[in-house]
Amino acid sequence: MTQSDALDRRLVVAKLLQNRNNLMVVTGLGSATYDVMSVGDNDLNFYLWGAMGSAAMIGFGLAMAQPNRPVLVFTGDGEMLMGLGSLATIGVSKPGNLTIAVLDNEHYGETGMQASHTRSGIKLDEIASACGFGWAEEIRDIEGVSELQARIHETSTACFSTIKIKTDEAPRVLAPRDGIYVKNRFRACLGFSSL
Amino acid sequence: MGKNSNMQQSPETTEYSSDWQQQVFDTLKSFDVKHVVYVPDAGHAEAIRMSEQDPDVISVALTTEEEGIGYLAGAWLGGERGALLMQSSGVGNCINMLALQSLTKFPLLMLVTMRGDLAEFNPWQIPMGQAAEKALNLMGVLTWRADSAEDVGPLIQGAATMAFDSDCACAVLLGQRLIGRKEWLK
Repeated sequence: MTQSDALDRRLVVAKLLQNRNNLMVVTGLGSATYDVMSVGDNDLNFYLWGAMGSAAMIGFGLAMAQPNRPVLVFTGDGEMLMGLGSLATIGVSKPGNLTIAVLDNEHYGETGMQASHTRSGIKLDEIASACGFGWAEEIRDIEGVSELQARIHETSTACFSTIKIKTDEAPRVLAPRDGIYVKNRFRACLGFSSL
Repeated sequence: MGKNSNMQQSPETTEYSSDWQQQVFDTLKSFDVKHVVYVPDAGHAEAIRMSEQDPDVISVALTTEEEGIGYLAGAWLGGERGALLMQSSGVGNCINMLALQSLTKFPLLMLVTMRGDLAEFNPWQIPMGQAAEKALNLMGVLTWRADSAEDVGPLIQGAATMAFDSDCACAVLLGQRLIGRKEWLK
């Protein structure tokens, strides 16, 4: 991949969140959280600012508790690499309402742009495929993003995508850092009390 | 939170069977736990088996214990209760991930079977076994120890109440005096 071919992360995220309806969203710490916030805050967004490696598992638990609603996890390549075992765990159950979208710039953007493992050719989508995700693809163009956007709202198979994005750093759009507030409004939106 | 093995049963407490492993599962069911997530341990074998056989319980095997903290946070966002079953060696794997509970205050109930606790044959179990309770306390997890069968039900009931009614992180440590020593030469 050359950088000039790669996708713009904010365009990708905005496209995937079009017509989101009842979509529930979990974001991995760092840029994925800023990207989702840049599209607009939403009660059904659960933002992480830490707990690195947990985004996929939070989405998995949510998908199992709410099997009739779609769940989309946005995270980065570094965050997904820290939770690789979770792909095997999810692969046992394969919830059809779960989609994981890895925004893969092949670098650790928060910490000084050190290369991540995907820079050396590690294929997260192939790992997900080997773990039993029914649909697992690397996406390099906007047509692929459109196909994924449609698949998020189908609930027939667990989906995973590695979306190759530019390393450009977009302006930071800060999401709420109060985890209790974000948790309570998310639950309230689903009709659950705070305690 | 100190070691508390003398907790009184509340008046509305359910009847417990004499088998403590059965009590673990029965108590979880009485709290409407829908998700049992675990890294296997012999001490939890019966609760895991019953979870897998119960059509109303989703049981999830984890590759490493910290996955369970994320999973249970997600299940709670979706309106359902769960519990994390593990061995004491897994406590160390959870440390950073416990920040997720500190920051969001979702109910977290952990049941930890102890190794390296008493009459341990394998020295490799001792460092984490001896540090497990202190490590949990350092991360803000409340802990209680069950060293005899009659403590198991009441302590899990007490811990589950503080998890699900007060949004705490709570761990019940099931000691080697309760579990018995592992047989090495079969």
